[in-house]
Amino acid sequence: MNFSDTGRFFSGDKAPVTGVGNLLQRLNLDGPLLSSLLLICVFGLVVLYSAVAQNFDLWLQQLIRMFIASVAMLIIAQFRPDFIRRWTPWGYLAGLVLLILVLVTGEIGQGAQRWLDIGIRFQPSEIMKLAVPMMAAWYLHDRQLPPKFIDLVLIGVLIVVPTILIARQPDLGTALLIAMSGVIVIVLAGLPIRIMLLLAASSVPGAYVLWQFMQEYQKQRVLTLLNPDSDPLGAGYNIIQSKIAIGSGGLFGKGWNNGSQAQLEFLPERDTDFIFAVMGEEMGLLGLLSLLSLYLFVVGRGLYIAIQAHDTYSRLLAGSISLTFFVYVFVNTAMVTGLVPVVGIPLPLVSFGGTSMVTLMAGFGILMSIQRHRKLLPH
Amino acid sequence: MGLIAPIKDLRSEKQLFVARVILSSVISIILLGIVIVRLVQLQILDHEQFAEQSQGNRIRIEAVPPTRGLIFDRNGRVLAENLPAYQLELIPEQIPDVDDTLSRLARIGLIKEEDITRFNALAQSGPRFKPVTLRFHLTDDEIARFAVQRPRFPGVDLQPRLVRHYPDGELIAHAIGYVGALSTTDLQRLDRAAYAGTSHTGKTGVEHFNEDLLHGDVGYQQVVTNALGRQVPIETRDAAANLPKRVSPAPGANLHLSLDLNVQRVAYEQMAGRKGAVVAIDPNNGEILALVSMPSFNPNAFATGMSPSDYSALQGNEDRPLFNRAVLGTYPPGSTIKPMLSLAALEVGATNLTRRSVCFGWYSLPGSTHRYRDWQPGGHGEVDLHDAIEQSCDVYFYEISRDIGIDTMHQYLTQFGLGSDTGLDMAGEADGLVPSREWKRQAFRERADQVWFPGETIIASIGQGYMLATPLQLANAVAALSIRGQRYRPHLVAAFEDSVNGRRTIIAPEPLSRVDIDKPFYWDNILNAMHGVLQSPTGTARAAGLDAPYDMAGKSGTAQVFTVAQDEEYNEEEIEERLRDHALFVSFAPLEEPEIAVAVIVENGSSGSRIAAPIARAVMDQYLGYSDVEL
Repeated sequence: MNFSDTGRFFSGDKAPVTGVGNLLQRLNLDGPLLSSLLLICVFGLVVLYSAVAQNFDLWLQQLIRMFIASVAMLIIAQFRPDFIRRWTPWGYLAGLVLLILVLVTGEIGQGAQRWLDIGIRFQPSEIMKLAVPMMAAWYLHDRQLPPKFIDLVLIGVLIVVPTILIARQPDLGTALLIAMSGVIVIVLAGLPIRIMLLLAASSVPGAYVLWQFMQEYQKQRVLTLLNPDSDPLGAGYNIIQSKIAIGSGGLFGKGWNNGSQAQLEFLPERDTDFIFAVMGEEMGLLGLLSLLSLYLFVVGRGLYIAIQAHDTYSRLLAGSISLTFFVYVFVNTAMVTGLVPVVGIPLPLVSFGGTSMVTLMAGFGILMSIQRHRKLLPH
Repeated sequence: MGLIAPIKDLRSEKQLFVARVILSSVISIILLGIVIVRLVQLQILDHEQFAEQSQGNRIRIEAVPPTRGLIFDRNGRVLAENLPAYQLELIPEQIPDVDDTLSRLARIGLIKEEDITRFNALAQSGPRFKPVTLRFHLTDDEIARFAVQRPRFPGVDLQPRLVRHYPDGELIAHAIGYVGALSTTDLQRLDRAAYAGTSHTGKTGVEHFNEDLLHGDVGYQQVVTNALGRQVPIETRDAAANLPKRVSPAPGANLHLSLDLNVQRVAYEQMAGRKGAVVAIDPNNGEILALVSMPSFNPNAFATGMSPSDYSALQGNEDRPLFNRAVLGTYPPGSTIKPMLSLAALEVGATNLTRRSVCFGWYSLPGSTHRYRDWQPGGHGEVDLHDAIEQSCDVYFYEISRDIGIDTMHQYLTQFGLGSDTGLDMAGEADGLVPSREWKRQAFRERADQVWFPGETIIASIGQGYMLATPLQLANAVAALSIRGQRYRPHLVAAFEDSVNGRRTIIAPEPLSRVDIDKPFYWDNILNAMHGVLQSPTGTARAAGLDAPYDMAGKSGTAQVFTVAQDEEYNEEEIEERLRDHALFVSFAPLEEPEIAVAVIVENGSSGSRIAAPIARAVMDQYLGYSDVEL
């Protein structure tokens, strides 16, 4: 198969070098990725303004946060991938230490120990969102692919340790997503299909074991998903109101700032995890499809960058970052539409919130670094 | 980072990677496809259903209370109306320190110090955005005082609303009754849906009895609310799309009472400073012309809300101003029953119009030394039935009582409506009591007490002993007497009208069974004797009636509160006021074709003819148009 044809869709290289293109090149930024990310951010800011009930101060906070995240992306894009690779084990170790610190001294925030106060409050699990796939890619960088069984076991340990630490906080949603980002690396590295099938087959008993480990509220979320009407004012309320919001939006939506579900406070967590429902109510199916197209473009561009990458580390990491981004989008939208249980996963770049946005943009900074520096690599 | 760099097949590695990317992409696109299918299902296929649900979410139905019907007297004067008033409201969520605000309001005299804790508790319960009413009715002065200080009281505001107002207040309190704030017991009795927006309901009197007519039908309006039930303003863009519906409430019916405010006023003023009751009835149809119970109270205080301390002060008052003596007060009727007993005696042959007897001032049963005294210590000398009524000779009735017998007395007095409620259109009316052998058997548990003694018949003949009647029953009885035996169910509401289309419904008089005495000359004689009470030189109440420009008839009565021992004299001066006899007077006028019947009771008034009769006279003068008092 020849993928250079499809690749042309995502390729920004062949565009005529303009003033803007020149600047992007100098800043080591990828034009198509940057512009689609910025479009998502603008989309997000528009929706958020409505979701925070036209509270300008909150909206400004988000804008500042986006700016900080973009700066983080810009900075990270300047590092060469081999530099990032060399520092990967140290980053991973630091993340691990911080996670243990959180468990020992962590400040109680939102009912769970997730926050660490080091001047600014942040969640060490955010570091792990990048550190885990980086570590897995680092490990596989020099190895022969597809990985041998012993490699799989070792990477499994590298993934499982932070996953368990985060799950103990307890933050099962983040833990599963972080594990997922590591697993994606293994899958992209050529995890044998038969093992994947085996894992899939073992998911049923696995789910049973998981169920035993779940907190009561987590079990409730799963049960609620299966039958939201069983407790319409309790656990099922979010899903019911979210479905009403999206469904009542119809094809064109009720108009910006006009969603009664969102504006009249029926929809809970409308500026964070359920912002997709606000958008569905006010901008309709067309608005949601536009946003999903942008997300899809970002993921496609990321995968294109991965394919174009010249070394194993860059390739695996870029693929994992892109696909993990997709997993975020999928889990959030599937949750808001009532397809999967409510897990606290925000809609990337749109939901109101701090550290996760910096992590995301940092990830895209890595993608850009990989894209811009590939020709300078020795291969 | 093994020691030996592994041999990497870069080409096959990349191919493997690309294959895996394709696999992941396919899975991703399938997953995204599932989400999109779900979105299409929610937003296109099930859109209608969800649109409806979101509409139902935000639209709340709010009740709009109807305007209460007005009450007029027989000449169209307003007795109960609805006035716009300002009430003081507090919205807890807009106030950082409710306690402080309340104490500052108390300091400028808008609420009472003792109510602070109560209002504070009220503000803590219920949703924080829901206003708490502190005062139902502010005076102009208080409104001004608050207006000046308003900036100091964020979250406290004046709200206009309609408040029930009784222009004549105390004058009509016991007849009209009053409205008060809905209580939980009211809500158990009333239809909750119909009273969804109503704050007050009729508690007593006409207001209570005619609640269904006066209240009207509740309306409703749809309001846009948020998830907490807080009303949000409808913005134009929203209103254009789907304007919330509104169904106007139907105001309650206006009541036209038979009550004559002028007659009522005269009765009230005559009773000023006294305790007792006046009831005036039109004998021809049972319409109540005046209904006064004294002391009275200000019904407006109930409509505007009073503090618990004010209420308990009113309830604890030993003169019992809240007690409606006209319908609930039961008194020994005394000599006022003599005309009715005379008719019974004539009918059963216990006496006749020519029989005479000599009164020495006391009477004893054969074989007994117990003396039943006449009110006049020296006696009345030789009297016939006419004289006995005119001069209220007790001994004459003592004598014939044995021949009438208690059961016959019971039979005829019952026919005049004594001993059971009259059926007035007002809830809560006392039955009174007309004793009989049967009654005594049932009323007492001990066998010895169940026997009817001859002496009890004797005192029953002058309306003492067990016998009890309400002022309303006496008025109704004398009304029946005046028109020779036809009794009507007394009523206050003469008509009601739909306040929208003005259609009037007249309440027809309701005749009750006639008194079973057929011979017209019996009636003639007894009524003439009653005329003599007021307008003959020997009548007991001649002082009240001799100069009347019309033929007035009546009968005085004095009801013992305090039993005088056999060897003592009743001496008015020496007895504490509360133990003095009650003064009673029943009357009607004119003698031919009567237009008004009046019963007056003055508690501890000592003498029916001297104290109660002039009051009846004044009431009649007013009604019959002989009053020189400008009202």
